Parts: sequence; structure tokens; C-alpha cells
Amino acid sequence: MYIMDQSKTNNIVLQAKSISKTFGGIKALDGVNLEVYKGQVNAIVGENGAGKSTLMKVLTGIHQQYDGQIILDGHIITFANPKEAQKNGIAIIHQELNLIPYLSVAENVFLGREFISRLGLIDYKRMYGETRKLLERLDLHINPRIKVSSLRIGQQQIVEIAHALSLDTRIVIMDEPTSAISEHEIKVLFDLIRSLKTQGVAIVYITHKLDELFQIADSVTVLRDGKLVGSSSIEDVTHDDIVRMMVGRDIKDFFVKADAAKSEEVFSVRDMCLAHPRRHGDYVVDHVSFTVKAGEVLGLFGLMGAGRTELLETIFGLHPKISSGYIFLNGRQVKVNSPTDAINLGIGFITEDRKLEGLVLQMSVASSISLASLEQTERFGLLSATLETQLAQNYVERLRIKTPSVKQIVENLSGGNQQKVIIAKWLATNPRILLLDEPTRGIDVNAKNEIYRLVSELTQAGLAIVMVSSELPEIMAIADRIIVLSEGKQTAEFTLSQATEELIMKAAIPKSFVLQHSSTL
Amino acid sequence: MLELKVQKEILVRFQSLLALLLMVVIFSVCAEGFFSKDNFWLVLRQVSVNTCLSVGMTLVILTGGIDLSVGSILALSGAIMAGLFKNGLEFPVFNLFIGFTLPGAVMAGLTVGSFLGFFNGLMITRFKIPPFVATLAMLTIARGLTELWTGGAAITGLGKTFGYLGTGWFLGVPIQVWTCAAIVAIVLVVLKKTRFGRYVYAVGGNERAAKLSGLNVNRIKLLVYTIAGALAAVGGLIVTSKLNSATPTAGDGYELDSIAAVVIGGTSLSGGKGSVLGTILGALIIGVLNSGLIILRVPPFWQKVIKGFVILLAVAIDKLNTKEQ
Repeated sequence: MYIMDQSKTNNIVLQAKSISKTFGGIKALDGVNLEVYKGQVNAIVGENGAGKSTLMKVLTGIHQQYDGQIILDGHIITFANPKEAQKNGIAIIHQELNLIPYLSVAENVFLGREFISRLGLIDYKRMYGETRKLLERLDLHINPRIKVSSLRIGQQQIVEIAHALSLDTRIVIMDEPTSAISEHEIKVLFDLIRSLKTQGVAIVYITHKLDELFQIADSVTVLRDGKLVGSSSIEDVTHDDIVRMMVGRDIKDFFVKADAAKSEEVFSVRDMCLAHPRRHGDYVVDHVSFTVKAGEVLGLFGLMGAGRTELLETIFGLHPKISSGYIFLNGRQVKVNSPTDAINLGIGFITEDRKLEGLVLQMSVASSISLASLEQTERFGLLSATLETQLAQNYVERLRIKTPSVKQIVENLSGGNQQKVIIAKWLATNPRILLLDEPTRGIDVNAKNEIYRLVSELTQAGLAIVMVSSELPEIMAIADRIIVLSEGKQTAEFTLSQATEELIMKAAIPKSFVLQHSSTL
Repeated sequence: MLELKVQKEILVRFQSLLALLLMVVIFSVCAEGFFSKDNFWLVLRQVSVNTCLSVGMTLVILTGGIDLSVGSILALSGAIMAGLFKNGLEFPVFNLFIGFTLPGAVMAGLTVGSFLGFFNGLMITRFKIPPFVATLAMLTIARGLTELWTGGAAITGLGKTFGYLGTGWFLGVPIQVWTCAAIVAIVLVVLKKTRFGRYVYAVGGNERAAKLSGLNVNRIKLLVYTIAGALAAVGGLIVTSKLNSATPTAGDGYELDSIAAVVIGGTSLSGGKGSVLGTILGALIIGVLNSGLIILRVPPFWQKVIKGFVILLAVAIDKLNTKEQ
């Protein structure tokens, strides 16, 4: 346990004292303490299920029933609803942004608090003016009249921050703010956070990415299994300290993949192109070619908008009308015009977004696993519950999926286990090639390591794997070869021995980024 | 505490059944003549048409769609069966006359119903017209075609054999109840025990994930709307046979009763969640309510108001329960 520096106590704006919260007999929070300092970035880390979200829901008035105290500016306070927390200057920026896409930036910032003119109509002039002022404070130079839907995710995030500031917010909670934005946008966000600090705003920063802590955080609080593990000023801890506190045991170096025997080339694509859906003559994927051997992991690296996901989608037959290129399986050219074609050829696609693309959330674990290969659970033309349970049980054991039973609704599983269910679904189709799109996004450290181990096992079994990742350490640990995409084009290819983080990043940064650097997005 | 929780779960699970039983008990006490053998069969016979439509509607709603055209398709299919059986088809230009036997006429009507459903599906999958709009258009089209075909007047005098299906009994049970039970049994097996059934849930639960899992989403939807059309035609057969005539206004507003049955039965309008058994309970609840209110001589206008509130109540209870979980 680390002890906080006592001299800082004057600057405490918000304090949570021995907060406990129980859901149906299970303690989600167990006597957690938290101190939030003015003008600082107070980071909170912990695995999925550590209690971070629950704690934030208590602090922002979403959960009103809890044990313990919340102390704001030295006074004990209770929030009857989220709006009261907002009134007291606490705002939260969720991972999924809460903006209305078809309203303008200004309309979003002042939603529900529009300025009204004497005629009883909305005073747009004043609203645009105020919004522009707020955005300038945040260094975002966009027209407040444009629709939010036309902004990039990173810009939308800043609009949400503007919304928070317009409420005279003194404490901004950010829940994994960098999970969906590009490297460049992260830099802009961090500049913004630093400037908010100097304005005296307290930031509560929730993250999975430990590297970020050392760039931006002043203090860090670690939660595990609903309990406080410790708090410390960031100078007093190392990366490994934090990881140890999170997982509760010493970890070795980053996962080391066992080398699989690589044999002949099983899969290759040549000149894959995907036309831009709106901009005529422009390509989202621009003449990409690669080959993969059985037992090999090909890493695809690229920043947001590099066309990584789109490349996988094109290979999987999701854009037959606007794509071109050649796909070869064992040296023979094949046609893939739909996901069905791809699956029949032995290609599996594990998508980036589990909830939107990977799972039917209200289905059971068993039904989710059998979904893409349901014919093998048929007996005399009718589905057999026995066969389905057997199939699912087999994968639950093999992939160590944590679930009370295969009948469990998949929505109730943790992120890591949901991901394993998706992998099981694809393994059940007996694929020879697996396309993995950010397979470890948003899952905790332990689950990540299990996914890595799984990928390693699959290559041992002779699968060819194409894996997209935007985490450099991850791709360098897992991939045998790395291809870098930038603005739809293939800009580099490395074998593992050639690759360094700098070289990869250099190849990934689009030329246009370098020109319009920093302050403006 | 655990026991209480278990009890509550059972209560939630069987809430429609409990509501139905409660209504039966209340009407049995209050409405003289409600609890009788005659009324039992009367209610079931009345419910059977709605059940046919509602079973099809359940499939459609499970995929996340809606079908507003079933009432009109019912009318057109019934009119075609009646018209072909009575008058046959005449082509004066070719000096050609085609007569129809009863099975022939029925088959023709079922084919037309299925085709209109298929056409709905085609508009929805091929041209990406929202189901609400596509089937709203079909509601008007099919109704117009019915009026054209009948010339705006009822087709009557269809004879005893035609009427048998709607008024006859077999082994002590009305024929239409048999028909309806057979349909329910088949659809139950299809939903629970076939790939198509599983895919219906997957498409409604998450269309994108279903597509990425290699499901032919368009084909599944096409089939679902075709089945809804075919079942509406079966409804048309029952109605026409019961009245021994096909009227151009038959089935007017039936789509709403069938949607109500599905919703009361706990199927989610956003798709992916629900069951045929729930729908049948929903249809029975509406049927029992209708019957009870009529026996109690509640004025027809008030009946509508009460029915509306029952729908709200059913869904509100359902929502409250899901919120707690």
C-alpha cells in the first residue's frame, strides 16, 4: 500500500470514503477510497470487472444506493440523479460518446439549455458565439454550425468536453478516452488535458493503456476485484509495479509466442482494392498484396483510417461491388463474393467490434458458438440440442471460456470471454485462415494473454493468421511478419528481426498528418 | 430470500399465462355464460384466425420487421378462393374458361397470399424499403386488388363444402382449430429445431453479426415475409369459409390485432427475442377479453378503449420486469 503525500490534501476536490456497492450478493465495490485533486490527472486503472465503472457510476449519481461517503469540497453529499452530479460540477465522458449526430456542434453543446431570444425562439447567434468561445478554449477550430456526424471521433470527443465545460464542470471523468482515436488525435487530447489542468480542472482518467499513464497522469489508483489495491503519485511507481498491482502477481515479460513450423504458402491476395464509397476515384484500400504461410501470423499495422478493417472486410467478401483484386488459396485463384463464400473456403473473420458485429448478445453461449456452422449440429435435418451442447462444451473447455454453463446468455459474459466465444464460433467452422481485427481491444490483461496463447496454439495447429492491431508491442510480440498500411496503401513490410517500433510508426504516419501537426486536429 | 427470488422468476416467466387465467376466472365469476363449453369453442374459433396471422407476424417481428399488410392479404386471398371456386376464370379474348375445384381454388388463393408476402420481402431486401413502409403500401395495394376482384360486393353462395372448413367439426374439435393447431405445431418445430428458425432469431438479434457469420440475411427475410403472406391466406380461407362468403372489407384492421397478440406475448419489436407460445397466449388474452366484454354487454366503443389499455398494461409490466433484471 502506498501512502499519499499529506501536503496535497488542500487541493482535494472530491473524495470517496470506503464506498461499497453490492449487486445481487456480489460485492462490486468493497470499501474503496479515492481522492481527486484539483488541477491534476487522477488515473484509475484495473482489469475489466475491477470496479472502475461502478465507482464512476456512484460518483456521477447513476447509482444512488451505496455504503460510504462522497465528500465534495469538504461536505458530505449525495446525488439523487446524474443531473445533480452535473450541477455540482462533475461530468463524465463515456467511451461511447453521447452526441446527437444530426444536430450541429452548438446544438449538441447546449442541448436542453438553449439560449432563448425575446421572441421565444432559439438565439442561434449567441449559441454559436458561446460555442466558438468554448471550442477555442479547447483549441478546436471548427465551425459550430456543422453537424457532429461529419466530425472525426477525436473531434467529437472534444465537443463532449466542451459540453462538460459549458456546465462549469470542475471534475471531468474520462472513461478510456483514447480507445477509439488515432495516435495523432491522442496527442491533441493530451495537450488539451494539460491545458485543462492549468485551468484548475480535476481529471479522473480511466484507462487500460499503461503507457499513457506515464505521459499524462499525476497520480494513479489501482483497483482489483472491487477493492483498492493502492494509490500513488506517478513518479513513485514503474510500469511493472502497476501491472503487478493490477493482476496481483509478478508477470514475466510480454507474452512470448512459441514458434510454429511454417510450411507452404496457403493464402495470398494480390492488388486488393476497395473504392471509396463517396469520393469517386479514391481508394480506401489501394492495391494491397500479401501472402501468408500455414502456421504464420501476418501482422497488419496502421493508424485509424489506414484501411486495415476495410482490407479484411474486402477479403471476406463484404464489399463485392466496389472492390477488386485476386485471392489465392493454396495457389488456386478463388472468388469471394459474400461472407458465405469466404466461410466455405475456410476463412474466418473475427471483427473488431464484438457487440455490433461479433455476437448476437441475447443468444446463449452454445447458440453463439454454433451460429456459423449450425449444420454440424443437425441430426435428421433437425437441430439437436445434445450435439450443440457437445460442440459448445468442447470449445468452452478448450478455450477456457469462463461461463456458468453453455446456456448462459452471452451478453452476461466479460469482454474477454465474449471474445473467446467469437473465436470458438470461427474455430467451429474449421477455418484454414483466420482474419483477426484488434482481437484484444477492450479486454483485460489476463484475457489478452490468453488470446495471445490461443493465437500461438492455432498457428501450431497449422492455421494461417492475419492479425490487425494498433498496439505496437502486441503486434511485435505476436506477428512473424508485419505489413504497414497508411491511407489505404501498403507502405512497408518487415520481418520480425527488421522491425522496430520507430520504423513501423514512421511507415504508418500518413504524409498529411505531418503537415498539419498539433493544435488543429 | 432465494426462494422468493425463484418464485418471482417463475412469476415473470409465466406472467402472460397468469394474466390469462386471471381473466378467465374473473369473467367466469362476473359474466354469466362465459364459462361454458359453447363459449370455450366460440372463443377458440374466433382466436384461430388471429393466431394464424400472429404466428406469421411473430416470425416477421423476430427478424426486427413488421407486416401491416396481413389483413389485406387475408381479404384478397379469401376473395380469390371464393371467386375462382364460384365463377372460375374467364378470358373472353381467347374464348377460354378455366373452372376451379375447391382444392384448386384454395391452392390459388394460398399462392397469391404467399406471392404478395414474397413481394413484400423483395421490396424490403432488394430495394431496402423499411418494412413499415413496404407493407403499408401492400396494405393499400392488396385491399385495392380485393375491391377490383370482387367489384366491391361480397362473393356469396359458395356451397356447403366450402363452409365445412370454417364451420365443421372433426373429432369434437372445430376444423379451424385443428388447422390453427397444426400451423402452430409446425412453426414451433421450425423455430426451435431448424437452422432457419435459429437464423430468424440471429437476424433479428444482430443483423450485422448474422451476415458476418455467413447467414444469407436477405433470403431469411424473404422467406419470413412469404410465410407471413401464406399464413394470412390461410386466415383468408378460414374467414371466407366461416361466413361462406368473401367480402371486400374482410380482415380490415386484423394486422393490428395480430401485432397486439405478438406484443402482449412478450416478443420484442426490435427483434431477436420472443416466442410463438407467448404469441398464442397473447391471442388468447385478446380473444378472452373480447368474449368477456361482449357477454358483459360492454358497448363496442368501450371495448376498443379497454383493449388498448390492456396492450399498454401488458407491455409496461414486461418492461418493468426486464428493467429490474
